[in-house]
Amino acid sequence: MPRTLSAPVTVAFDYTRSTGPVIGRFLTGLRDGVVVAGRTSDGEVVVPPLEYDPVTHEATTGFVEVSPVGTVTSWTWVPEPVKGQPFDRPFAFALVTLDGATRPFFHAVDVASPDEISTGMRVQVRWAPERVGAITDIACFEPIGDEADARPAGGGLLEDHLVTRVVTPVSLDYLYAASPEESAFYRGLNEGRILGQRCPTCQKVYVPPRSACPADGTPTAEEVEVSQTGTITTFCIVNVPFLGQKIVPPYVSAYVLLDGADIAVLHLILGVPADEVRMGMRVKAVWKPREEWTYSLENIDHFEPTGDPDADYDTYRHHL
Amino acid sequence: MRDVAVVGFAQRQMEEFDGSPTCVELLVPLFAECYEQTGWNRHDIGFWCSGSSDYLAGRSFSFVSAVDAIGVIPPVNESHVEMDAAWALYEAWLKIQTGEVDTALVYGFGKSSAGVLRRTLALQLDPYSMTPLWPDTVSLAGLQARAGIDAGVWDERAMAEVVDRSLTDAEKNEYAIRKGGSSVDELLARPMYADPLRKHDCAPVTDGAAAIVLAAGDRARSVADRPAWISGFAHNVDPISMGNRDLTRSPSTAAAASQVDLTGVEVAELHAPFSHQELVLRTELGLADDVALNPSGGPLAGNPMFTGGLIRLGEAAKRVWDGSADKVLGHATSGPALQQNLLCVMGSTTEGAQS
Repeated sequence: MPRTLSAPVTVAFDYTRSTGPVIGRFLTGLRDGVVVAGRTSDGEVVVPPLEYDPVTHEATTGFVEVSPVGTVTSWTWVPEPVKGQPFDRPFAFALVTLDGATRPFFHAVDVASPDEISTGMRVQVRWAPERVGAITDIACFEPIGDEADARPAGGGLLEDHLVTRVVTPVSLDYLYAASPEESAFYRGLNEGRILGQRCPTCQKVYVPPRSACPADGTPTAEEVEVSQTGTITTFCIVNVPFLGQKIVPPYVSAYVLLDGADIAVLHLILGVPADEVRMGMRVKAVWKPREEWTYSLENIDHFEPTGDPDADYDTYRHHL
Repeated sequence: MRDVAVVGFAQRQMEEFDGSPTCVELLVPLFAECYEQTGWNRHDIGFWCSGSSDYLAGRSFSFVSAVDAIGVIPPVNESHVEMDAAWALYEAWLKIQTGEVDTALVYGFGKSSAGVLRRTLALQLDPYSMTPLWPDTVSLAGLQARAGIDAGVWDERAMAEVVDRSLTDAEKNEYAIRKGGSSVDELLARPMYADPLRKHDCAPVTDGAAAIVLAAGDRARSVADRPAWISGFAHNVDPISMGNRDLTRSPSTAAAASQVDLTGVEVAELHAPFSHQELVLRTELGLADDVALNPSGGPLAGNPMFTGGLIRLGEAAKRVWDGSADKVLGHATSGPALQQNLLCVMGSTTEGAQS
């Protein structure tokens, strides 16, 4: 048995960003098949244009169209591409100084082996089949043997239709591991038990157990199986629908302080009308059928009232 | 300015940590080591500051969870930077300079192995022109290495010499995860990986955590025989774009160096995650030939993300504590291809302490 439980997790988000006038002009150019550079006060021609001049700090206003043909000034081989890169087979990343520019530009070069690329090599832009106003409108650079083969630039910018926004999807894959204490908790749930741990300093029982008592910084060690019955310390009636909601509102989300624990767990309350749920109500865990159990708190389907008299306020006032 | 010294240091480095990316499990024993070194407990620490990133952890607010390792009843004075914890150390040093606190514990942590580190770090790049291409860390370093080779500023042999010295020195470092020198010729005979880089030119993906204790004046003297007094602390930044700086140079390192006194430095721990970057740093710092470079083995032997720089400062401070040096330099870097650089000069006396 491995020391800890782990599972794959993907964290994904589409970042929507405004471009501002300078980057917007550059991305508009890419959409229209033109590479737009910016002039700096000291005479450099920079791709992509800088939003502000590095010397005078004035906003960049001088734009110039440069060639989609240029020279490799540095390169590196990418033997094991990562997800999202321009190719899923080995390729080169390079710095390319385009004709008309004085500073190099970063992008991929489509070559099959490191023997096919060298510093000083002439390359040209390979445009993406569909262009939307993003850096990926340039699919990559490709080598040109004969300058006569170089494809000219596009037909100029559509000035009345500038790019102002760009969406960058970001998706990251992880193997997420639980701590040893969390692993013990989830293994317990897989056996129908609710496990906590006691802090040796303050004697509080944490459910789920933690790698350190947040109050003392002391590792909790002594394993404690807590009761499946507890007291609602506080609750909220959910009336608002939201994306991904699994239960039809209204329903009740409550903190349940299990007997023997010092930290309440958040769970769903069913088996009682929402407007009858109250602080101090005694509830018990209702488990899903055993064959559905896994390493999850969702093995407990919900909590429902036991029918016992409410707990005295003093029994949970320190746990609010 | 107040005299402030490094008086505690603890670290862990490993290839793959099989626990939670909040790293509480790693931090608790590190803090315990710091308490043992100083004779203090958590109530003696005036300020806490950490360096980490949620992108590495793959979850939100991982640094808030890490605070469990401190114990926060009663509440503590705490802050965080989304950078290498060496910058957290800078914040803590400033905090002590304000006079508000006399002591601080700085920590960094990161589980690089939870995701694909070289890909995750593409999120620190320009979101319009770079991130959508997912430039990986190794590729960006490769472009820099090639620029230097083409310009004749360094060559593959010089890079291999850095690796050979680092991995030989790492044999004495119990925390190193890559160690064992061979010879420059043997290293050069190994295959290219990300041409012009061989695998040994790149710091290994490393999980880990580290902690450093700072104290002012008599608080430092009361817990250490030879506190490592900070005499100079500076950091600077270069443009993020790879096209708008000379990749064979590091103006930010030179700028930071101009703000501190490196005269007489005997040991330098340089945070160069790629072999050629040590060559860039050496030139910009103007270090003499007899300066011992990365006697710990340096980042090529182990480089936990968000902690690698802090460890350089701790390793340098240890040379003052053990009497093997009177003046040392710790360096940390952050961002692509040495974009940001931090220098911390430490010594056995408060003479020359920053004023």
